[in-house]
Amino acid sequence: MPTTTDKAILDSLVRNKIGFITSVPCKQLAGVIELVDSHEEIYHIPSNKEDEGMGLCAGAYLGGTRSAIIMQNTALGVAINSLVTLIQYYHIPLPMLISYRGEVGEKVACQVEMAIHTKPLLQQLNIPHYHFTKAEQVNSLDGILQHSQMCKKPVAILADASFWSSAS
Amino acid sequence: MIRYDILKTIAPILKDRLVVCNIGSPSQELYQLLDQPSNFYMLGTMGLCSSIGLGVALVQDQPVIAIDGDGSVLTNLATLSTIANNPADNFVLLIVDNGSYGSTGDQPTYAGMATSLTEVAKACGCRNVVECSAEETAAELERAISSGKMTIIISKCQPGNVNVSVIDDDPVNIANRFSNQIRELNS
Ligand SMILES: Cc1ncc(C[n+]2csc(CCOP(=O)(O)OP(=O)(O)O)c2C)c(N)n1
Repeated sequence: MPTTTDKAILDSLVRNKIGFITSVPCKQLAGVIELVDSHEEIYHIPSNKEDEGMGLCAGAYLGGTRSAIIMQNTALGVAINSLVTLIQYYHIPLPMLISYRGEVGEKVACQVEMAIHTKPLLQQLNIPHYHFTKAEQVNSLDGILQHSQMCKKPVAILADASFWSSAS
Repeated sequence: MIRYDILKTIAPILKDRLVVCNIGSPSQELYQLLDQPSNFYMLGTMGLCSSIGLGVALVQDQPVIAIDGDGSVLTNLATLSTIANNPADNFVLLIVDNGSYGSTGDQPTYAGMATSLTEVAKACGCRNVVECSAEETAAELERAISSGKMTIIISKCQPGNVNVSVIDDDPVNIANRFSNQIRELNS
């Protein structure tokens, strides 16, 4: 069941004219994905792997529609080449709504392994990133989405377990 | 016939159309044969040609031709399932199947061995899948565009590249002129 926080995320995406969204699911993202999938102003295209998704998003943006990807932080490794040689190289804005698995509150130990590398990787890739730990931070999403379009860069919204559990 | 011969015979069909072209030799050869603002050249990111092409096709009405390679489709094989399940009738995926990784020196791919991309595309649920010879490619491409149905063409040809220079254009310029062209064609 989507929460009001999921709904706030959807509203922000729609307000910012994101019309094309790809996703690979994570348990924490289920509510947002459900809302995105059923919204008539958004073309939701599930992808099999996040790098494929970035290709789809790049195409949609070049075609004139703002795009975004919803993914888990574990996907960063899979997507680095696409982020660097496609999204950054051609100056394509790409908001990435990322479930930040493996932070405090995580129940699956393996997720911690990639969590440790998440921020250093983003740092190394010069990707602006925003760590969401509380539900009210969703209020800053509009600004982050505008920022991505303005500077034509990928940006990462890292929403961790505390963020999702504080959602109402 | 090799890839370059196919590109030469389809160039008149590609003229003024939206084209997304695969990394390496395919883009370099097309750049030499028919450079135009409606061409999007991939300068890197092996595997995503078909995904970029589908993305473009889904958000606007003009026909989009993605010129991909068998090696690149194999590296992003699941793209065929995404394409099958998100049909865009203005989309043609032309896979130049030379059975090799051409750009890196014609090392054989599995598509030239036991694996049939035609059968894979069909198994993924793609509806209009055409396998043809290099010689038949122009006619099949013409037919696919005028059919108004999303089509996957697998064009079987010989491995081999011609000597062309690398693309020295700026990626942001390539992206901008492509986007502007899309806007113009749709207005
Ligand atoms: C991740 C990655 N691995 C390897 C390469 C090197 N590479 C560039 S083009 C290419 C061959 C592509 O072959 P194919 O798609 O069949 O096209 P062809 O050149 O044969 O037309 C390879 C292996 C690369 N660019 N990126």
